[in-house]
Amino acid sequence: MDIFVQQIINGLVLGSVYALVALGYTMVYGILELINFAHGEVTMIGAMVSLTVISALVGVGIDLPGVVIVLLGLLAAIPVCMGVGFTIERLAYRPLRNAPRLAPLITAIGVSIVLQNIAMLIWGRQYISFPPILPQGRHQILGATITDVQIAILVISVVLMLGLTLLVKKSRLGRAMRATAQSPQIAGLMGVNANTVISLTFILGSALAAVAGVMVSAYYGLAHYYMGFLLGLKAFSAAVLGGIGNLTGAVLGGLLLGVIESLGAGYIGGLTGGVLGSNYQDVFAFFILILVLLFRPSGLLGERVGERA
Amino acid sequence: MNQKSRHAWLVFIALGIGLALLPFLIDAGLGRSWVRILDLALLYVMLALGLNIVVGYAGLLDLGYIAFYAVGAYCYALLASPMFGLHLPFWVLLPLGAAVAGLFGLMLGTPTLRLRGDYLAIVTLGFGEIIRIFLNNLNAPINITNGPQGVNQIDPVTIAGMSLGKTQVIFGVTFSSPHLYYYLFLMLTLGVIFVSMRLQDSRIGRAWAAIREDEVAAEAMGINVRNIKLLAFAMGASFGGLAGGLFAGFQGFISPESFNLMESIMILCMIVLGGMGNIPGVVLGAVLLTVLPEALRYIGDLQRAWIGHVVVDPSDLRMLLFGFALILMMLFRPAGLLPSRQRKRELGAQGEIAIQEQASVYDARR
Repeated sequence: MDIFVQQIINGLVLGSVYALVALGYTMVYGILELINFAHGEVTMIGAMVSLTVISALVGVGIDLPGVVIVLLGLLAAIPVCMGVGFTIERLAYRPLRNAPRLAPLITAIGVSIVLQNIAMLIWGRQYISFPPILPQGRHQILGATITDVQIAILVISVVLMLGLTLLVKKSRLGRAMRATAQSPQIAGLMGVNANTVISLTFILGSALAAVAGVMVSAYYGLAHYYMGFLLGLKAFSAAVLGGIGNLTGAVLGGLLLGVIESLGAGYIGGLTGGVLGSNYQDVFAFFILILVLLFRPSGLLGERVGERA
Repeated sequence: MNQKSRHAWLVFIALGIGLALLPFLIDAGLGRSWVRILDLALLYVMLALGLNIVVGYAGLLDLGYIAFYAVGAYCYALLASPMFGLHLPFWVLLPLGAAVAGLFGLMLGTPTLRLRGDYLAIVTLGFGEIIRIFLNNLNAPINITNGPQGVNQIDPVTIAGMSLGKTQVIFGVTFSSPHLYYYLFLMLTLGVIFVSMRLQDSRIGRAWAAIREDEVAAEAMGINVRNIKLLAFAMGASFGGLAGGLFAGFQGFISPESFNLMESIMILCMIVLGGMGNIPGVVLGAVLLTVLPEALRYIGDLQRAWIGHVVVDPSDLRMLLFGFALILMMLFRPAGLLPSRQRKRELGAQGEIAIQEQASVYDARR
């Protein structure tokens, strides 16, 4: 039983990171119907920039609490990621807005390759480790252990998700975003500048990605120029699982995927008598994804898309 | 015979001689390693044409296509290597690989019939990853695929007692192994091109175009959407399986690492870049994207010539430039380098309608 609770906790922590990244995918998709393949790389850039700042601060022997240093790293990463997100949209997607549907997908892949390789040139091929400056406290709940870092990840994710929901539901910008998603032309007639809204969506998504990047590197204690790929893939799967274009769906999909993955990794060996090991963890995640889509072809919370008008 | 068709014949003959001499010219001009790259380019042409059936003709976005390549390759490798001590001849293995891959195509196609667009894309992607992970882990408890180490010492393709893996002298001309494979691959590629061309204008090809443009209307016209979609998956997959078998024989060694998601994406890039649905475009895209990363290896030499020493390691810079190339090519030719006739018509004479149509894709709203 305690293993079960432990895996659920691990899954929720992992899942909330997936959810943050998935929100970026789903916001862009909701407005542009574009899979922003480079979003995972933005997360990676966030992790790398913050780690560089954190390592530099630790290196000069600055006398600040660990949490403050990490926050400073995060504050450096957020604007950089926003800039990257804005630039990607401006250079690679905007010129192709009226092009055939697969063209922006290819530029997205191109951007993703470019960002990965720029990161490799700057930070090298080796793994970068996260300095052990964060509190290492452990707490017991229901026979399972939860660390301070895990609690922080959960709390920050929940706050950010609530903030984003409020922004989209209540603010002027949120209303403009929803209007643009429904019809850019009509929104334009109502005085909404679609280009600004789209840029802001990318910036917002990238900021969330930066936070997610810092969380992932703090959680695993590692960062690598290639880390964005798998993270992006999982997050995109999560967005699709929940119903792409739907914010609540992205969160639900992220959490579900995280929990399923952890439970899969924890139990698959025992259930199959050791035939399938935890290295089948990813199979499990994809298998569930496929299974869900078979019964709900537009995701858990996705509206049923009518036939093309 | 009128003037025009005589010209066409002359062009055909010139093209034939050119293709026949190509490996010797490349060998003399650029070296033996480039003949191998040429061989790989032909394999990618076959793969790209196979994926073109699924994505270009039938309009089903498949991001896990490499799985069929893997199935074909493993089929060949396991039945013609010391792994199980089996050494079946290649003319059994190639059709078998294509058939098994086709079966896997049906396996992927059947459950995904209801899915559309990006949902289909993510499921195919998941399918590709599942196949790769299984290949990676099926070395325990029973060793089937030899896991991450891959399969070694795969038999080379042998035709009429002549191994293509060794240098052969035929009529006094010396052919090295890459040359021999080149001719085999060329023949099969031409076959695949021929089948693709005939399919495009056939009843089936027109049915694919119909479901690509509008599935509901196609169904109303009496097309059996389910069978036609499954056929697209199976045909595309069997092309991939064929290429996979050839790859295994050609390389002599395969491992799951050769069949990752990036490869699937690369093949998709080839067809989109070349011009989706248009056979010359797809061929051009495949050749270009195989050759380009290899050609970019020379930037080390360029740096030495211009700056005097190597500033940035070329292997680090290569993929970066490749990424930029993808972005730039798409920005300037969003419909591909050689767009299909239909697309050109849409973008040309009926500009107005095309703009309207694209606008409706842009805000195809629920």
